[in-house]
Amino acid sequence: MSDHDHHDEESGLSRRKVLECMTWAGTGVLWTITGGVPHSLGIIDAANAAEPTGMTFLQISDSHVGFDKPANPNALGTLEEAIAKVNAMPKKPSFMIHTGDISHLSKAAEFDNADRIISQAKLDVHYVPGEHDFLDEEIKFYKERYGKGTKGPGYYSFDANGVHFVGLVNVVDLKAGGLGNLGAEQLAWLEDDLKGKSKSTPVVAFAHIPLWTVYPEWGWGTEDGGRVLEMLKGFGSVTVLNGHIHQVMQKVEGNVTFHTARSTAFPQPAPGTAPSPGPMKVEDAKLRSMLGIASINFKQGDQRLAIIDSPLAG
Amino acid sequence: MTKTALRGLILAAALLLPLSVSAQAEELKVTIDNFTFSPAELKVKIGDTVTWTNHDDIPHTVVSAGKYRSKTMDTDDHFSFTFTSAGDYKYFCSLHPHMTGMIKVE
Repeated sequence: MSDHDHHDEESGLSRRKVLECMTWAGTGVLWTITGGVPHSLGIIDAANAAEPTGMTFLQISDSHVGFDKPANPNALGTLEEAIAKVNAMPKKPSFMIHTGDISHLSKAAEFDNADRIISQAKLDVHYVPGEHDFLDEEIKFYKERYGKGTKGPGYYSFDANGVHFVGLVNVVDLKAGGLGNLGAEQLAWLEDDLKGKSKSTPVVAFAHIPLWTVYPEWGWGTEDGGRVLEMLKGFGSVTVLNGHIHQVMQKVEGNVTFHTARSTAFPQPAPGTAPSPGPMKVEDAKLRSMLGIASINFKQGDQRLAIIDSPLAG
Repeated sequence: MTKTALRGLILAAALLLPLSVSAQAEELKVTIDNFTFSPAELKVKIGDTVTWTNHDDIPHTVVSAGKYRSKTMDTDDHFSFTFTSAGDYKYFCSLHPHMTGMIKVE
């Protein structure tokens, strides 16, 4: 089987086929997964119509507040649209997670603006940092604002509705030629954190850079992410949520569902389809179909969490 | 050859001599486009200054472990470093570590 990009267990999938599937996922599909087989339940509007039961939480990612280049001259504006979409949801989510790159250049004003908009959702927000959140000279703004009660550069865990959440940091102390990095200290903490948890506890692990190898040529993976998956293998239901790559990608491996969220700021190209992973300029009319949020529904007793990706428009 | 011409030659040689000892320092450039350092490997001489300029819409850094470290360079920002001793200076972008380069100082 192809070792990235895809959930299909069949071997011999052509690259074209993989990309087709990704495009299709990117239009907004409710995924529910039983027994390791993903099913789509219809397009986003139909999914919204069927009001979810159980706990729902949201994922937003890669707000890049302060970004003003051609790919999206107003990243703050599209974040505002994303939060308006959250506020318009028929069922208020329990809380939100933000998978990093809140700011573009870690300026105090960028964090201030992000907070001003995101707080309008009136939800608890659990953050993990992206590499763009650690760019200030003293590397203190992120920690001061979001790091309360966290360990090291900002990792932590919490429980909600019987689900165990771990927020991991894989954007510090990166090594030349390498990928994202968690480090020995964080891995030891995680091992300890998971100790004594019943294997039937659903686990959600979230971090900025994908914990699975999406495309190492562009640095889209985590050097020691395999260690996390090793520790989570024994749990009956594991969901891994990431950002960083500014597009929806999903795969299922055993009991583990991997999912990346769209950015609220600008899209990035599919792996290998452009000279670099930099911001992708699309027609203005198309931009909002490539930005968005993800809503994750957890029903007690269900093996899998259902994930709905909602673009800002179209 | 006239005496004057000969004197001129000696003078010229005398002027060149110190230059050949401390070779003329050069200014060299490395550009960053599409998450790539170009040229990826650059040979320079002791005393030369290299300037990196970021042309991407995404910030980058230039870090050579224990040797030099730029601030975050946003679009069109640049960073310069003057090499005062010989050696191989591997460097990378600390935000996108798959971006690597090398300065060879002779």
